Amino acid sequence: MTVFERTSAQLQEALKTRELTITDLTSEAFARVEKLDGDVQAFLALNKEEATARAAELDQVPFEERGPLFGMPIGVKDNIVTEGLETTCASKILEGFMPIYDATIVQKLRDAGMVTIGKLNMDEFAMGSSNENSAYKTTKNPWNLNHVPGGSSGASAAAVAAGEVPFSLGSDTGGSIRQPAAYCGVVGMKPTYGRVSRFGLVAFASSLDQIGPITRNVTDNALLLEAISGVDEMDSTSADVPVPNYAAALDGNIKGLKIAVPKEFLGEGVGEAAKKSVLDALEVLKAQGATVEEVSLPHSKYALAAYYILSSSEASSNLSRFDGIRYGYRSENATNLLELYKQSRAEGFGDEVKRRIMLGTYSLSAGTYDAYYKKAQQARTLIKADYDKVFENYDVIIGPTAPTPAFEVGANVEDPMTMYANDILTIPINLAGVPAISIPCGFENGLPLGLQIIGKHFDEETIYRVAYAYEQQTDFNTQTPALWEVK
Amino acid sequence: MAKISKEEVKHVAHLARLAITEEDAEKFAEQLGKITDFAEQLNELDTTNVEPTSHVLPLVNVMREDVAKEGLAIEKVMLNVKSQEAGQIKVPSIME
Repeated sequence: MTVFERTSAQLQEALKTRELTITDLTSEAFARVEKLDGDVQAFLALNKEEATARAAELDQVPFEERGPLFGMPIGVKDNIVTEGLETTCASKILEGFMPIYDATIVQKLRDAGMVTIGKLNMDEFAMGSSNENSAYKTTKNPWNLNHVPGGSSGASAAAVAAGEVPFSLGSDTGGSIRQPAAYCGVVGMKPTYGRVSRFGLVAFASSLDQIGPITRNVTDNALLLEAISGVDEMDSTSADVPVPNYAAALDGNIKGLKIAVPKEFLGEGVGEAAKKSVLDALEVLKAQGATVEEVSLPHSKYALAAYYILSSSEASSNLSRFDGIRYGYRSENATNLLELYKQSRAEGFGDEVKRRIMLGTYSLSAGTYDAYYKKAQQARTLIKADYDKVFENYDVIIGPTAPTPAFEVGANVEDPMTMYANDILTIPINLAGVPAISIPCGFENGLPLGLQIIGKHFDEETIYRVAYAYEQQTDFNTQTPALWEVK
Repeated sequence: MAKISKEEVKHVAHLARLAITEEDAEKFAEQLGKITDFAEQLNELDTTNVEPTSHVLPLVNVMREDVAKEGLAIEKVMLNVKSQEAGQIKVPSIME
């Protein structure tokens, strides 16, 4: 049993009645980490001293000055910089790196009164879908420790699923919040591109990356997204669009909602259990007054190829900053500057990161630019147009988040193409820049399945409304893995 | 598109500033070949007159006032530097 079973509203109530203090919540997070993280392996760094001191300070703040997330513990993915708390992107090249400023959203967490518990493991530089590409440890799925938690924000989802923290932040470039949320049975939102500042998010693919919240229920997810959203002068791609009060949209009313189900999302390669869980979910939503129609996103099959070229190209440019000079790993084996760059990068980066830097550099190099990079950007235009067209007539698009539940640790990793195929349901969403959530919608062999709800640009509100209406009618999100009950 | 040769891989590794062994070059040649083969399917698409999308938001230039602001303190900037002297970053020789 842990108090993290409760929603943030229930925890705020417990703080008000003095059943609990913020210090209790912080201690509970570290106690859970101590008990469970030997198995789950989610945290790379803990912020114990600072968090404990901060909790004691926050306990002194009068209740009328507190917001809905005040005092809540949170874990942060390790590609988000936190001043004074080691940030590595799960890469050897950043071992020991101490950020000298906070990401904008870390400052926003502080402003909301949240307490950062520590930094969460990931695939190195967010490249991967299993957390097996971390240079430090392989995070496990709390529902079955022989299975992966997904990735790249695998530990962000696993830490919430294990009840180590009630909140976490992940980042999503091609499904890296939604797929692990589905695998771990929690709620994960990738906001519209531009909704959340990327200042202080170590860039993978700048035109695709977005930070988003992972929680155990839809309401808490909506509260956290509201807290971290908004335009930021430090990120010129953040959008100057008003941030709604998302929680206010959660009234359970979806009468007249028009749902589109792309036939491509329930086709070949999608497992029977995942398919059935989505069809069952659609029945639940229909019973509340929504209508469902089949549509087509004809360019979906090209998304994966376009994604790997575009994301790798952007990565090859972004990761050129890791040169061993100003920060990060520096090779001892170099006698001149060029060798220093080459050796530091060769010794510091892992295999998957090198492979993508190579692919990106190749795609952008003379003679191949038009055939690969430009062609992929044109494919992106067609993929985005598919979505624009469907959203002319529908409010949301619904499908599975992943074709299967979490796979076993060590499965597939030998073949990069198999790993890539796992992303097919999530990647087009990043190319189109639209928001999407994954919420728990069933189980297969004791492992969770995720329902994906995709919305229009800057319409996270409708996604939350639908997700909440579904959550009210089902109990998948209140179920917990067996290790939750540890003494 | 033809298979990627080991020589091409070495050239790309140089452009990417990655030291690479013979063994790595062989492995990457095979893996990159597989991925670019897969990417060939984009050639099925007729992209005549299709504008490339580099960015999904209709952003052009984001301007701000040209006002001087205080930068980071030098101690902070040097915090993660591996080799330094007198407030400067040290590197191996640049010229032969």
